[in-house]
Amino acid sequence: MDENLKDIVLEHSDDIVKMWLEEINTSNKNDYTSTISDEMVENTNREFVNVIFTSIEKNGLSSELDEFSERLINLGWPLSYLTEGMQVFRRVVTGYILKQTDKIDSDYFSEVLKEVDGWVDPIINRLVNEYSGSWENIVSLQRVALQELSAPLIPVMENITIMPLIGTIDTERAKLIMENLLDGVIKHNAEVVLIDITGVPVVDTMVAHHIIQAAEAVRLIGSRCILVGIRPEIAQTIVNLGIDLGKFPTKSSLRKGFQTALELTNRRIEETQNKEEDIEKLIDSLDGE
Amino acid sequence: MDFQSCVNIKKEWDIVGARQLGRDIARKIGFGTVDQARIATAISELARNIYLYAGTGKICFETIEEMEQKGIMILALDNGPGIKELSLVMEDGYSTSGGLGAGLPGVKRLMDEFDIHSEEGKGTEIKVIKWLR
Repeated sequence: MDENLKDIVLEHSDDIVKMWLEEINTSNKNDYTSTISDEMVENTNREFVNVIFTSIEKNGLSSELDEFSERLINLGWPLSYLTEGMQVFRRVVTGYILKQTDKIDSDYFSEVLKEVDGWVDPIINRLVNEYSGSWENIVSLQRVALQELSAPLIPVMENITIMPLIGTIDTERAKLIMENLLDGVIKHNAEVVLIDITGVPVVDTMVAHHIIQAAEAVRLIGSRCILVGIRPEIAQTIVNLGIDLGKFPTKSSLRKGFQTALELTNRRIEETQNKEEDIEKLIDSLDGE
Repeated sequence: MDFQSCVNIKKEWDIVGARQLGRDIARKIGFGTVDQARIATAISELARNIYLYAGTGKICFETIEEMEQKGIMILALDNGPGIKELSLVMEDGYSTSGGLGAGLPGVKRLMDEFDIHSEEGKGTEIKVIKWLR
C-alpha cells in the first residue's frame, strides 16, 4: 500500500511538478519574491521540487535537501517561501492521488493524508531547524562580538586610563563595565580613570546609577574618576531627572578631561621648541645688528 | 490623532526598541535634539519601570496634532502589581529597588504633561505628553 502510493507519485512526478509549479506561481506573486528575478525564482522552484522528489524517493532526508536549504539561507531567501512550497506540495500530491482512484472511503482518504504527511513533515521540520539554527548561531555570535566590544580599558599614559563607552548600557553590560574598570585600575596602577560617555545615546537614571556606583567603587580603591563626553542634551536631561553627579568631576570632552587628569597627576603638556620661531628670532637679531 | 504604534516590553532590550521608535517619531514631528533626548530618556524610564516592576507591558506612541499645537503622547501600560503609594513614588529619592529614585519625578520634569493611574493588583497606566514649541 505505502509503496503503491509512492509509486503513483514518482511515476507521475512530471504531472505533479507541473501542477506544483503552476500553483506556486500563482501564490508566489506576493511580496517576497518581487525583488528577485523571475528566472531565478523559476530555477529555484524547479530545484526545490526536484529536491523534494529526491527526498521522497530516498525514503527520507537527503543531503541534497541540506545543501539546498543551506544555499537558500546564505542567499537570504525567506523561510516562508520554503514552508509555503511544502504546503502547496502537500495539497497538490494529496489531490492528485485521490483523483487517481475511484475508492472514496474515509479510511483510504486518511491513509493517503497520513502517508503524504509522512513525506512532507520531516522535510518541513528539517528546513525550519536549519533556518532557526542559522539564526541562533548569528545571534550568539553577535552577543559574543558585543561583549568583546563592551568595556575596553585603555591605558594611555602612566597613571591615566580611559574607558570609552559606546552604545546602550544594560544590566549585564553595567556589571561588565564595573568589573573591567576595577580590574583595569588595579592592573594598570591608574591614578585617574576617564569614563567617556560620548557614545552613550541615552543616560537615564539606571545608567547614571551605574556610573555613580562605578565611580564610587573606583574612589574606594584609591583612584579618581572623571566623567567626560557629556553632550549638552545629556547634561539637560541629567538636570531634569535630578541626578546628582556632584561627587566627581565631569567634563564636556575627553580632551578637557585628559588635561584635568594630567593636572591631577602633576603633569602638563609642554610644546617642544618651535624651530621656525627660533630661526625667525635669529633673523630678527641679525637685522638688528 | 495621527496613528498609534506600540512596543511590547518583555525583555531588557525591548527598552532600547521602544526608545528608538519614540526617538524616530519625535524626530519626524520636528523635535530638536535636546527634546529628542528628553523624550528618549523619559521612554527609557517608563519602559524600565515596566520591565523592573511589572515584568511585561507596553509603550504606545501617538502623534497629537491640534489646531494650535503639535506633540507626542506616550502611554505606558502594564498589568503589574500597581503602585501602592502614588505620592511616595513621585517624591525624589524614593526607590524600592535600590535605584536613584529619580525615575517618575524625573519623567514628570522631562515632559510637559504627566498623568498616572494605578490600581493595586491591576496595573499602572502612565500618560505623558511633550508639546512641540
